[in-house]
Amino acid sequence: MRRAIDAVWRLESARITAGLARLVRDVGLAEELAQDALVQALEQWPESGVPDNPGAWLMAVAKRRGIDRIRREQRYEAKLAEIGHRLETVEENAFDAVLDEGAIEDDVLRLVFTACHPVLSTPARVALTLRMLGGLATDEIARAFLVPEATVAQRIVRAKRTLAEADVPFETPVGADRAARLASVLEVVYLIFNEGYAATAGDALVRADLCLEALRLGRMLAGLAPGEPEVHGLVALMEIQASRTRARTGADGRPVPLAEQNRGLWDRLLIRRGFAALLRAQRIGAPPGPYVLQAAIAASHAQAASFAETDWRQIAGLYELLVRQTPTPVVELNRAVAVAMAEGPARGLEIVDALGPQLKDYHLLPSVRGDLLARLGRSAEARAEFERAAELTRNAAERQVLLDRAAAQ
Amino acid sequence: MRFMMMTSGDESSAQTPPDPQMMAEMGAFIEEMSKAGVLLATGGLEPGGTYVQATGGKMEVLDGPYAEAKEVVVGFALIEVSSREEAIELSRRFWAIVGEGKGVIQQVFGPED
Repeated sequence: MRRAIDAVWRLESARITAGLARLVRDVGLAEELAQDALVQALEQWPESGVPDNPGAWLMAVAKRRGIDRIRREQRYEAKLAEIGHRLETVEENAFDAVLDEGAIEDDVLRLVFTACHPVLSTPARVALTLRMLGGLATDEIARAFLVPEATVAQRIVRAKRTLAEADVPFETPVGADRAARLASVLEVVYLIFNEGYAATAGDALVRADLCLEALRLGRMLAGLAPGEPEVHGLVALMEIQASRTRARTGADGRPVPLAEQNRGLWDRLLIRRGFAALLRAQRIGAPPGPYVLQAAIAASHAQAASFAETDWRQIAGLYELLVRQTPTPVVELNRAVAVAMAEGPARGLEIVDALGPQLKDYHLLPSVRGDLLARLGRSAEARAEFERAAELTRNAAERQVLLDRAAAQ
Repeated sequence: MRFMMMTSGDESSAQTPPDPQMMAEMGAFIEEMSKAGVLLATGGLEPGGTYVQATGGKMEVLDGPYAEAKEVVVGFALIEVSSREEAIELSRRFWAIVGEGKGVIQQVFGPED
């Protein structure tokens, strides 16, 4: 029964919390009221059975609690004011109007923007998003992120307080603010995805769930904000990256690099969904943003029947556009790899050697450099780079791959 | 976790045209599930189909009629959710629209299973 209730909760919590947030104008309070409804379900359903329409049942309970809360506060305020201005009673049907289909979707979008508000720290945004939009319990979030449950619980409490103190309005940002706020939302979703995708430690299964969670959030967001190309770009990027899951770990648990992956294991369904999302982004007709560009790069890889057939010129060109928008050394390093494939290792090495010192402790820098040197026949230098990369990585499986490469020089 | 949810019917029921009101409700349900990020693919299947059978690596197409094929799959939905219970809950919503019938929910194994 507990699992059946959890299942309903996963499907309904975002809408319930969002509807309540519109009613009580306080996301933290809305989340508490929604949790109260869940608790009531946990108490009653084992006795009464799961109602025919469990979503509507939860919504009705939550709504009653929301209205009770408002009435209580109004009485309280009225007492404070001593001489009564007339109480405006909350019309129940006003709340019903709030909960009609179209409106509730707008509310869910508001909830996304609020949970990912820049006033919150990144871990707080991640925790709130998984909790309020994903319907995850605190202990589930803690397990996925390998932190104590108390830490996550505290993060959520503090985040709700921060939102209340900053008086963050429950609204969808418009105008100049919107792009930055949307970037904040997408960052949170992609961070959740990468936490699962690039797992360096922990229970592999839980981490895979995190990828799924991010995909689900992304797809939901694409439904809520279909006019935003970057949302579709992020969804496309995640779908295509997730398509490689089965191919990127070898039988011995070691990571398999893109060049050596068995492309037959790539999930064609996810690739197709990724292409469809990318097409939706492109059809909007805006100049491609960072997620659309990264998705286009992923799509280019997905289109190549084998590593040898990769269109490196196209990929190098996409990286060049990307580096203009996101001029980070990591993007530049990736561009160097693509340029080296398109124009030869010497050209790639030039780009790598022009990089500043920011990446000096990043294991992929010596790893890429070692690869380029090896291809130029500079074996001794290549070995030293692979050894340095092995020293820097924290992932044991990856370290072994690098040490093997060093030994092979 | 991925689940394949299939509805089955006998050959005759697959031929009855569904009523427009139910079609509309089903359309809305499918859209909602796609937007919620759980529905990956769905479709209806032709009644009948082509039956094949292989022995020793050689396949042959069987000629009908097939006496044993009383129950055939008439529709499917491939969903991605976090538990079997969630799949069952979605199935419950599907049947609330369709009214009556039979189906089966089976997990589609992924790399971690």
